[in-house]
Amino acid sequence: METVLKAFTLIADPYTLGVMLLAALFGLFVGAIPGLTATMATALLIPFTFFMDPVPAIAAIVATVATAIFAGDIPGALLRIPGTPASAAYCDETYAMTKKGLAERALGIALVTSVIGGLTGSIVLSMSAPALAEFAIQFSSYEYFWLACLGLSCAVIISTGSTLKGFVSLFIGLFIATIGIDGTAGFPRFTFGSVELMGGVSFIPAMIGMFAISEVLRYVASNRATIAVPQQPVGSVFKGLGSILYKYKINIFRGSSLGAVIGILPGAGADIAAWITYAISKKRSKEPEKFGTGHPEGLVDAGAANNASLAGAWVPAIVFGIPGDSITAIVIGVLYMKGMNPGPMVFIERPELIYAVFIAFFIANLALLPLGFGAIKLSRQILKIPRRVLMPVILVFCMVGAFAINNTVFGITVMLVLGIIAYLMEENGFPVAPAILGIVLGNMVEDNFMASMIKADGDPLGFFSRPIAATLGILTIALWLTPLLVMAFKKYTNRQRQERAV
Amino acid sequence: MRFNDAIFGIVLIVFAIAEIAYASTFPRLHGQDYGPDLFPILLGVAFAVCGGILIAKGWLARKTVPMVAVGDWAQDRGNVFNVALLLASIVFYILASSWLGFIPTSLLILIVLLLRLGTSLVTSLIVAFATTFIIHTLFAKVLLVPLPWGLLLPIAW
Repeated sequence: METVLKAFTLIADPYTLGVMLLAALFGLFVGAIPGLTATMATALLIPFTFFMDPVPAIAAIVATVATAIFAGDIPGALLRIPGTPASAAYCDETYAMTKKGLAERALGIALVTSVIGGLTGSIVLSMSAPALAEFAIQFSSYEYFWLACLGLSCAVIISTGSTLKGFVSLFIGLFIATIGIDGTAGFPRFTFGSVELMGGVSFIPAMIGMFAISEVLRYVASNRATIAVPQQPVGSVFKGLGSILYKYKINIFRGSSLGAVIGILPGAGADIAAWITYAISKKRSKEPEKFGTGHPEGLVDAGAANNASLAGAWVPAIVFGIPGDSITAIVIGVLYMKGMNPGPMVFIERPELIYAVFIAFFIANLALLPLGFGAIKLSRQILKIPRRVLMPVILVFCMVGAFAINNTVFGITVMLVLGIIAYLMEENGFPVAPAILGIVLGNMVEDNFMASMIKADGDPLGFFSRPIAATLGILTIALWLTPLLVMAFKKYTNRQRQERAV
Repeated sequence: MRFNDAIFGIVLIVFAIAEIAYASTFPRLHGQDYGPDLFPILLGVAFAVCGGILIAKGWLARKTVPMVAVGDWAQDRGNVFNVALLLASIVFYILASSWLGFIPTSLLILIVLLLRLGTSLVTSLIVAFATTFIIHTLFAKVLLVPLPWGLLLPIAW
């Protein structure tokens, strides 16, 4: 109880609350602009968190992301352009409601379900993380090595697109993490004599490059269609909402809880949570034929799920240091920077920090209700800001942010190079998220791998010498073999079909 | 810009060979069988395996997927120019900001990019000056980041 009180005083600080409010407004704005994602909002925010104490820094990220994911629904409903990928699953549905003249109802449902989903996710996070941490305290380097492998492999397999390309992306990330002085012998690797690279590729410029610069590049390379802003004014947001939410109370519960669980899975973020729950909602619905015609049912499930998954993703992030999605990958980087290394030890050494994070989640989601309402009312003004003006401004922000970390232009070079790499990767169907996880987890994977190798004296069986390690190891290897087995099975059934056809 | 998978496969294998060759020159500590070279070499092997599969895949799909497809945007010269201009402005900032100073560099980049993307001159000037001033105040005055003054050093505030 004492820790909870201590955590409260950490959060209730006017500075922290002020930072959270600004971050929430920033999140609403970025989320509502099509083409600027919640991940980009986080990447643009980290240069600022660099100058803050751990609690306000983390609280700012929590507030930004929670509001950005909701705000992504606004252009989805009004323009049929999802503001963030997490809103894509039900974008057609909300737009169909807008065409029926129900724009405010669609946004009202999206807002309230987002708040409920976010609060559910926060509850799941604050219940499960401490329990898991108690379990994780017994882990040795073997378990951490396998856990990281498992997390990274999940991220690759869940990520959109080809699994092979996902692995390539992951290896690129792991390689980038090997640049700099190595952990075991202190030898500078792949620095080619550059003093600036000795400390490794700086994390913040890398994230800004991969999430923000690549996005700006994609914008200037595209045929930049201007967005027509709809004219009808927004009516009453909360009118008639109660009966709809009551009717779909099971959907709210299902969407929130499923979303939180999907969020916990490494690699599956808000977008995947929304797609899966929308599909389940349609399958389980009594009136699936209405889906896609402006029916609120799927929106209730998915709207709750994407916000719930955000908090879920923090569970593996703070307990094991393994990110649940690309946003928590950035968070882990920030935690390391703040000397608050994620892992079970934080729960013992500084539990008040962890509880402060939980409280920040509750506050951010509760604050979303009035702030989101304001954003819906102002949505037309926000959408009127042309992206051709925003993109150059974002570029200068990125450059200053990348510079500010070490006060050298070398950060900007890192940002530029990784921005180009991320842009080329995405253009060619290589998912970027595994690369981010690779950069963040690379050192942890390698350190635990080397420690385990030295302990086991090179005997691969050593990696399976402890029961939990063995279980995790077998799980990981099974996961690696799945694509091969699926391929073999497909070939086998194809051949049988051909034989039958003959 | 889109490439056939085989191109990526070749790039990956060439990179893997170079990486493994370079990593195997890393020194080992005495009496230690595993040194800083082990992990990079394993990664190199992984790159090579993925590269091999990508080449096979790309080769099988060579009839439907061309080796290089520049995509719609490259057909439009304007877009190519935009990309080049964007990259050039980042390089320009890297090279010029320390002697030119943050404020002139930022103003120049913003005005050029805003005009190029189709914003009117007056709006571009307003946005460029406002953005530069806000960023300068925020980073240099509030966060105490030493943004370079450059040419404006005599009138620094």
